[in-house]
Amino acid sequence: MRRSVFSRVLGLALVGVLIATAAGAETQVTTADHRKFEALDKRFATGPEVTRACLGCHTEAAKQLHATTHWTWAFDNPVTGELLGKKNVLNNFCLATATNWPRCTSCHIGYGWKDDQFDFAREDLVDCLVCHDTTGTYRKYPAGAGHPAYEDKTFPPGNPKGAVFQAVDLRTVARNVGKTSRQTCGTCHFFGGGGDGVKHGDMDSSLTMPSRALDVHMDKEGLNFTCATCHNPKGHDVPGSRYAAVAKDVDGFDRPSADYKPLATCESCHGTRPHEDHAKVDDHTDVVACTTCHVPAFARGGVKTKTWWDWSQAGVPIDGKRVIKDADGYPIHHINKGAFRWDADVEPEYFWFDGTIDYTLLNERIDPSGVVRINAFSGEAGDPAARIWPFKVMRGRQPYDVQNRVLGVPHLFGQDETAFWGGGNFDWGKALEAGLQERGVAFSGEHDFVESVYFWPINHMVAPKEDTVGCNECHSIGGRLASLTDFYMPGRDSIAWLSIAGWGLVALTLLAVFLHALMRIVVGLRRT
Amino acid sequence: MAREMIFTRFERFWHWTQAFLIICLMITGFEVNGAYVLYGYERAADLHRLAAWVLIWLWVFAIFWHLITGEWRQYIPTTDKLAAVVRYYTSDMFDPNASHPFKVGRLSKHNPLQRLAYLSFNVAITPVIWVSGLLYMYYNDWDAIGLGWMSLLWVAGIHTAASFAMLAFLIVHIYMVFMGKPILGHLKAMITGYEPETPDQT
Repeated sequence: MRRSVFSRVLGLALVGVLIATAAGAETQVTTADHRKFEALDKRFATGPEVTRACLGCHTEAAKQLHATTHWTWAFDNPVTGELLGKKNVLNNFCLATATNWPRCTSCHIGYGWKDDQFDFAREDLVDCLVCHDTTGTYRKYPAGAGHPAYEDKTFPPGNPKGAVFQAVDLRTVARNVGKTSRQTCGTCHFFGGGGDGVKHGDMDSSLTMPSRALDVHMDKEGLNFTCATCHNPKGHDVPGSRYAAVAKDVDGFDRPSADYKPLATCESCHGTRPHEDHAKVDDHTDVVACTTCHVPAFARGGVKTKTWWDWSQAGVPIDGKRVIKDADGYPIHHINKGAFRWDADVEPEYFWFDGTIDYTLLNERIDPSGVVRINAFSGEAGDPAARIWPFKVMRGRQPYDVQNRVLGVPHLFGQDETAFWGGGNFDWGKALEAGLQERGVAFSGEHDFVESVYFWPINHMVAPKEDTVGCNECHSIGGRLASLTDFYMPGRDSIAWLSIAGWGLVALTLLAVFLHALMRIVVGLRRT
Repeated sequence: MAREMIFTRFERFWHWTQAFLIICLMITGFEVNGAYVLYGYERAADLHRLAAWVLIWLWVFAIFWHLITGEWRQYIPTTDKLAAVVRYYTSDMFDPNASHPFKVGRLSKHNPLQRLAYLSFNVAITPVIWVSGLLYMYYNDWDAIGLGWMSLLWVAGIHTAASFAMLAFLIVHIYMVFMGKPILGHLKAMITGYEPETPDQT
């Protein structure tokens, strides 16, 4: 008895030591404790003031960030020559960033991008805290052009019933900076499209503290990866951009001796033939992307993702109501934005993808008789660069200029008289004219709505291996890959005429045998 | 008259193991071909591969055995009495008093028709199945061995076509097991190794 009490006490002590060691290890990896820095021990009035303090030691940080897509929101695609990035592309969520800057740039890693006059050369406008906060208290105000709330505010602005944004304690945040985390990256990336899980489907707030079943790598009780474990930044430049997708990593493992390892593809760590005990599965890796099997469904964490957005329904109240919600509290109609559909546990759609994406950009002619593919991509069976990839396909209807046949970019946000959500009072004509004019595109004055699709390659919410997509889910008639018909897949395909001929031969053989047997019986009976 | 062993222990082992494996390969193979759902694709394909490898090794042994023992000569085709055997199966055998024109013995255990049938089985159907099946299995390595120009559709098609031929062969083969007199005679021979005595002959 005494002994068992003793061993329990010893056990508890051991656990205590282990926890203490683990906690100690966390702080021991860094040689600087920001709480001891005098430069940070003061009252900061604004974000840029904090940045200036950061730059006092981290002299190159802002210069590094200025070179990244996170800062420029512009991406020069070396393959297609297209100028991409949030500043340039269109989508079928909020359609475009221009003219709506203060709202959109609440996810920019800078301060003050409220119009075209933003000074991209200013180092103190880089927001260090949004990525390096460890307190969880730093939030950019949704319409603050990248600034947090410096005094208590609600959103929407001036609406006392809106969400409360407390004035941020910049001193505390600055003194507790650290590495990026799922939470800091998620502050923007989980909320793309204007809300939790709206845009990507495979990224939402459920990944802040995910279970093993939701994401085997980020599992909070297991590997506990952060975003940067895979998207390993090089001088603040984060690899793994969707704009220059790697559809097939043929290099495999990142060279162990390399000074820098980007790690952004699965193959960087797992190699190109990672299924040790199953060579046949390895035989798929040249034509099937890892996530095709390892992400059986997206939006698996309890947060729904938006799958349909019909702008043509915006501006019209339904039954006198500005917002109508479904049983789970998700808006299915919003007077500002139109009609929505939301889905959870969504099975991806699968397409051949070679990594080359061709965007329908501003002022690019569309064919309104069909569905506009805002980001069309190439790839087909037999193409050595292409693999079968899973996608979230965002569908919707959005405005376009009927005569000029270009997609419309409405001026949505603001209080001025052309803003669709503001003084424009849901006037599409005014909003589209202002939005297009701002970007130097003429508006004919006649608009209508066209159906569009936007493809989001699925990479996250990687399931544990016991939950992967099994062979039978594709190698069967009517399976997951039923729509990809440009190759022969065992279990799904057969040659119709050969089957008819073959089973015909079998039937004739059986008939011959049957007749022979019958004759033997008949003759035998007659003889007796 | 002393009974003569027709099928040695190895031959019987070979025959029945091969029979089991071929039936297993057919059940799983036609599932992979999409004819029905029984095991599900994954298990069917796994079993198919496993059975194929076992059968390949059995064949390696069997070919070795045939070469060493000289038993391969049993498959040399002959036209001697061929017409008589064909006539027997198509008409004479309906006469209960008629007897098989061919006497089975240790040195010639197959009648001329069997020699022809098994020879075509051995040199036509099976090689096509083996070659197309191995190509199918090593689909991913085609490029490496310079066969990148081939089409899986064609390889799968040829494999399937040969399998249909195999199935037709199997049906006739199984039926003909029961063509002996007495009716289970051939079956007993392949189990015990001894043909039943036929005192009326010679």
